[in-house]
Amino acid sequence: MSEMATRDAYGKALVEFGADKSIVVMDADLSGSTKTGEFKKVYPDRFFNMGIAEGNMMATAAGIATCGKTVFCSTFATFASERPLEQIRNSICYPNLNVKICASHAGLTVGEDGASHQCLEDMAVIRSIPNIRVICPSDGASTRLAIKAAIDNPGPFYIRLGRAKVPSVYGEYGADVPFAIGKSNLLRPGQDLTIIACGIMVKTALEAHEILKSKGINARVLDMHTIKPIDKEAIAKASRETGLIVTAEEHTINGGLGSAVCEAVCESHPCLVRRFGVNDTFGKSGTPKDLLEAYRLTAEDLAIECEAVYKDLKG
Amino acid sequence: MTQEKEKALKLFAAKVRRWAIEGVYHAKSGHPGGSLSCADVLTYIYNEEMNVTAASAKDQARNRFVLSKGHCAPALYATLGLLGFFDIEEMKKLRKVDSFLQGHPCMQYTPGIDMSTGSLGQGISAASGMAINAKYLDKTNYKVFTILGDGEMQEGEVWEALMSSAHYKLDNFCVILDNNGLQIDGKVDDVMSLGDIEAKTKAFGFETRVIDGHDFASIEQAMKDFNANIGSGKPFFIISKSHKGQGVSYMLDNAGWHGKAPNDEEYAIAVSELDAAIKALED
Repeated sequence: MSEMATRDAYGKALVEFGADKSIVVMDADLSGSTKTGEFKKVYPDRFFNMGIAEGNMMATAAGIATCGKTVFCSTFATFASERPLEQIRNSICYPNLNVKICASHAGLTVGEDGASHQCLEDMAVIRSIPNIRVICPSDGASTRLAIKAAIDNPGPFYIRLGRAKVPSVYGEYGADVPFAIGKSNLLRPGQDLTIIACGIMVKTALEAHEILKSKGINARVLDMHTIKPIDKEAIAKASRETGLIVTAEEHTINGGLGSAVCEAVCESHPCLVRRFGVNDTFGKSGTPKDLLEAYRLTAEDLAIECEAVYKDLKG
Repeated sequence: MTQEKEKALKLFAAKVRRWAIEGVYHAKSGHPGGSLSCADVLTYIYNEEMNVTAASAKDQARNRFVLSKGHCAPALYATLGLLGFFDIEEMKKLRKVDSFLQGHPCMQYTPGIDMSTGSLGQGISAASGMAINAKYLDKTNYKVFTILGDGEMQEGEVWEALMSSAHYKLDNFCVILDNNGLQIDGKVDDVMSLGDIEAKTKAFGFETRVIDGHDFASIEQAMKDFNANIGSGKPFFIISKSHKGQGVSYMLDNAGWHGKAPNDEEYAIAVSELDAAIKALED
């Protein structure tokens, strides 16, 4: 099975779609890591390194966007969301400008750099701002389409990308994947419960689905790649048809995917929702694999959680 | 500068002040002090440099202006209204719930506004982005102007933007500091002193001038220098020495008038002073 980090897919997508002269890319001294450096190699005239000054980068990007350009801004997720949050709010989202924030190194799987660099709150803070759409793709193929969608749809986007290589969900980079902003993908049918996942947890959910199946539990799996606007219809349907939802995200359980699903469930067809993710704590150093085990975010952990809550409710 | 031209600019600036006060009075809130201190520079930029009209306000090749000290929106709105971007009578609806004149500039609502501002430090960055676009992307000759407040210079982002403007050699970019020396809590030097701004901006790689921000000959000389500097690879910085509340006697150099509307009595005094100034210039 092929593996690819979503940041690598991002760099590739920028090159693939970058011939369009209205596309501009900015970075804050991390172009090698965020993979915007790939764009720079091919289109150096439309790449701007803004140095380690993220607030200035975001508002400068906004200024370029007022001139009719599509501006991609990248750095690590912590420095692309929480540090320049107010520039994102006031200079990008309030005037609804065409800036695409593509944040790499989100989540625990940043690994050895530890808590300061492991962004676990970005989806929560960003999705509270009007006008911006928040997307967390699961693999290389879907990342490519998220970037394409961001180019095709004017206005602010926040796209959450990871450092670590992840196994593909949809096939190789370039595969024909169903992808529409705000429309989740049904990856596995199921009636007993629904796992709603985003990012690297989509693959984890598919693995948990297999484990649960071996125990006679039939879990529906949804790839909720768009956290905002969230697919309320699919969530309400899952609630109605399966009566139990478990959300899975490499992010704090407060304010991100789990919270967005809870909001949608409460306002449509209430059912029990269990939020699976990082439990209101910071990360720490370690290999990505060791961290996912330490924070109980493996497919086995997810299956255990699903089985327990399923038996509590329905057993 | 001919006497005639100077008189015309003075008259326009007096009207900007008059309408800025009108707006703040009707809104019962807003920022008169800084609006009055930057009125002359705004007048010069829009009448002599911008060359933009309501009809050309969306042209890609137009010159651009960003009010980085967005709280001085009343002066910018008055300028745009007097130039016909919208009916100047709209000033009486400033800050009202059904008005397109927001408390701080909003590019989506108001004709002629090139960038939404209000959060200090961000406008200069956005303006530098417009200058980057002209120089490196569109490769056109338009110029970009921004006005900063001196309290605003305490924001770290301003210095980030100065750094990147010099790095990208934005010689099409003119940053004007409305240096009235006062901010909400008092004197800039008491709150958080900025040190030697001239030396600092030069050290950051700018071509810097210090001018009298209420003297049109002085403003014009600086703008001539800016235009002559285009092609040098250095961005331009103008320290415009000004007085908060300029044009209204009781507001002059008074930090208390940073963000307060005049009451009926105070409004009447301001109107009589500004109307007298306008009448003297019209005669």
